[in-house]
Amino acid sequence: MSFFDHYNYWIFVILFVIGLYTIMSRTNLIKKMIGLSLFQIAVFLFYITMGKIEGGTAPIFVDDPNAVYSNPLPHVLILTAIVVGVATTALGLSLVVRIKESFGTIDEEEILRQEEDSK
Amino acid sequence: MSSIISQAPILAIILPLLGSPLCALLRGGVVPWAFTTILSALSFWISIDLLFLVNQSGPISYELGGWAAPWGIEYVIDPLSAFVLLIISGISTGVLIYARESICKEVAPSRHGLFFSAYLLSLAGMMGITATGDAFNIFVFLEITSLSSYVLISMGEKNDKRALTAAFQYLILGTIGATFILIGVGLLYLMTGTLNIADIASQFDSIEDTRPIRAAVGFLVVGIAIKLAMFPFHSWLPNAYSYAPTIITAFFAGTATKVSVYLLIRFIFTMFGWDFAFGDLPLTQLLIPFAVLAYLSMSVVAIFQDNLKRLLAFSSVAQLGYMTLGIALASETGLTAGILHIFNHAIVKTGLFLSVGAMFFVTGSTYLKDLAGIGQRMPLTTFGFVLGGLALIGVPLTPGFISKWYLVQAVLERGDMLGYGLAITMLISSLFAVIYVWRVVEVAYFKPSPDNAPKGEAPMSLLIPSWLFIAAMFYFGIETSMNVGFAEAAAAFLMGGAN
Amino acid sequence: MMEEFTNVFLMILLVAGALGVLYVRNLFVATMLLAAVSFLMALIFVILDAVDVAFTEAAVGAGISTVLFLGTLSLVGAEEKESKKKTVLPLLVSLIVGGALFYATFDMPKVGHPDTPVQSSRLTERFLQQSPNEIDVPNVVTAVLASYRGYDTFGEVTVIFTAGIAVLLILRQLRRRPETEPLEDAQPELPETASDQRVTPNIHDLVPHVVAKLLIPFILLFGLYVQFHGDFGPGGGFQAGVIFAAGIILYSLVFGMEYTQKLLPLWVVQLLLALGVLLYGGVGVVSMLLGANFLDYNVLASNPIAGQHLGILLVELGVGITVTAAMLSIFYGFANRSEFNKQTGEN
Repeated sequence: MSFFDHYNYWIFVILFVIGLYTIMSRTNLIKKMIGLSLFQIAVFLFYITMGKIEGGTAPIFVDDPNAVYSNPLPHVLILTAIVVGVATTALGLSLVVRIKESFGTIDEEEILRQEEDSK
Repeated sequence: MSSIISQAPILAIILPLLGSPLCALLRGGVVPWAFTTILSALSFWISIDLLFLVNQSGPISYELGGWAAPWGIEYVIDPLSAFVLLIISGISTGVLIYARESICKEVAPSRHGLFFSAYLLSLAGMMGITATGDAFNIFVFLEITSLSSYVLISMGEKNDKRALTAAFQYLILGTIGATFILIGVGLLYLMTGTLNIADIASQFDSIEDTRPIRAAVGFLVVGIAIKLAMFPFHSWLPNAYSYAPTIITAFFAGTATKVSVYLLIRFIFTMFGWDFAFGDLPLTQLLIPFAVLAYLSMSVVAIFQDNLKRLLAFSSVAQLGYMTLGIALASETGLTAGILHIFNHAIVKTGLFLSVGAMFFVTGSTYLKDLAGIGQRMPLTTFGFVLGGLALIGVPLTPGFISKWYLVQAVLERGDMLGYGLAITMLISSLFAVIYVWRVVEVAYFKPSPDNAPKGEAPMSLLIPSWLFIAAMFYFGIETSMNVGFAEAAAAFLMGGAN
Repeated sequence: MMEEFTNVFLMILLVAGALGVLYVRNLFVATMLLAAVSFLMALIFVILDAVDVAFTEAAVGAGISTVLFLGTLSLVGAEEKESKKKTVLPLLVSLIVGGALFYATFDMPKVGHPDTPVQSSRLTERFLQQSPNEIDVPNVVTAVLASYRGYDTFGEVTVIFTAGIAVLLILRQLRRRPETEPLEDAQPELPETASDQRVTPNIHDLVPHVVAKLLIPFILLFGLYVQFHGDFGPGGGFQAGVIFAAGIILYSLVFGMEYTQKLLPLWVVQLLLALGVLLYGGVGVVSMLLGANFLDYNVLASNPIAGQHLGILLVELGVGITVTAAMLSIFYGFANRSEFNKQTGEN
């Protein structure tokens, strides 16, 4: 079973790398925001995996005295992180809308060219 | 009265934090500004109390929600965090006094309610990061600060649309940095099962030799380095500082990156432990080259700027290099120099940006070509700027000299070739600073004003606060017992905690 | 074995979705793939016992975020241009960072093992053993979220409040006139005609109208249920706020912004936005006035358990109010922008 010992963590790493690469390699600002979301979602998986306990159930008390519960703390932390993520997305996208209105494009390279021209 | 003192740590933070939603309800005009200034001043007053209290009777812990750490979240005010709280709230209050007339010109008055609401959030966020003793709570307050910073920077768009792209660039990099910190905290939690900084530190010895902990240190340091604009992660800072509204630039220049420097110190000295960070991990060897590259290369880049705000921004990245160097030296003198420079540079840079803001207020530009002959047109403002410039160089009687004096002592203390080499690089960098300050002086005093250039001094409401910072600068450059004393106390406390 | 099979299958889909996001050029498709990834992630969270998180991820990641992306795409266009940017360096950096993490995974405790530092920590022990005596709500996530780490959640509400006012500040700016365009009087106010056509729906609108009228009360009711049932099952102020906002957004999509803004004007939304944070913080201030620390609910009622219950109820309500209002103010920001652009003739 050793493959499953760290399997979730590896998936986290793969998603994380894809997200980071999307942010850094793409020039479209919306694509960057999408990459940023992906990048953050990957971290959620990392935290939630930590809290999992074999044979456990969700940390909501049931009558069964032998019940084993997964750790609630990572869940709480990630609830906060999800909120932070959506807040960042909303803010970033509203900036993208304004950039489109002001520059006429949302392509990083074209914006850079315009900025250099206006100097 | 005693109960108020026991609540002081939280009061310093929730005054701006709860003031923010109230401010959002205020429409516009002068009320939001007055409200914000009063809250910031109260916070400053409490911070002063806290600093003296902590230096007399030791660190204070405050349990939020009444839950004892590590189960709940605690605020820990020690000599370092109290000192940084004082810097943040003090700079904020000074900048706000200046803000009334300046901001009307840059942000439509009807939007001041929301604008100052965001300002308060950013202030509360920075204070929260400084006060907390919980690793995850740092992330939450970091995001409050970051999100409000992005929007405050983008408010410069009325003047230059590049503020929007600067804010976006900062948002992308800042979020990557914050997520790195989140991963670092997650790795620490994975290995220790706790989030409280003191609790993690107490378990650190037994787990420090594992791969996840090494990765955690890496992610935390890189994440903070991005937020700190440490070379080579500084690309967001010059744009953000150049296009943000004047008071936002001045406020952030004095505080935002300083909070990141504080976090770096906090993680290295309180959590990782001095012996681990600099013994087992080669942090000294890693940080020193970047610090040196920062102050050498960025001082050169500053020379070639044609926008005064941008010039100062690059000089900030260079000065952050000095602070990093102080930390990386891993000695008590080095740490003292680093902490001292947080304070000294905050005052100097804020004063400089406020002076530039006054020039912008009158001339509508921060480009050097438009500021030709400004020395004749605005003698008082320009003179203040030049005095501030002397502090960037490190001329005696200015606090820049005091910081460099301690830093040189710290590098020479090493007694090896590297120490002498570092001292020489600092000297070279100071020479570069002479050149970029001289460029401004040349433009300001020896070039003729363009025809029909606006004449006359900035209004008193701008001039007095700018000069307040310049005067404070000389006070702390000459009568150094206070700032040096607090920095020494903080450094001694941290090194004591490490042994 | 079944569980592992499902896990592997979902994870493969997840990676495939992420690669799709990276390579697809149509941003509309990329957004939908991102929503799919979010949704898969929510399923995986259920397998990992994080039902509250799964609920939130489905509502926020797959729901609200997608709406935001789609709204932005409708304003800025959905095609990604071919990029000439060199991608070697980003690839190298990503791989180095990923490599560092991969290197770290081999020393990590096994997933699901009951003896890891996380599971055997005294924090976990207290939350799972003591919280019935100290707080007494069946959903431990709610207990930790609203009480033990209530201050983090206060910060979280503040973050969402920040996003709300940030979008108001950024998107309610007057449109900047490009220097080349002739001057025209930019009018921030919408003329009546802009939405007059919507008042008389044509026959194709009938079905959504009827369905929406039937659905919306149930959505709002479900929102209330989630709000007040958070102590006992998955849910709480945050999820409830998102559902509530979704109901109102559905209303405005079907019946038009004009009606929605008459029903719930922006100033009301702005008031609610601040009110939620103030309610949360107010609970903390009251406990300070009663002589305890900030957000210590024990002193709010005659005995600690009742105080905890009251405190959690109030702060969750604060969360719900602010989240609803923040989602709405963000939605209003984007929706008004599109009307405004249509009107000034851009796009």
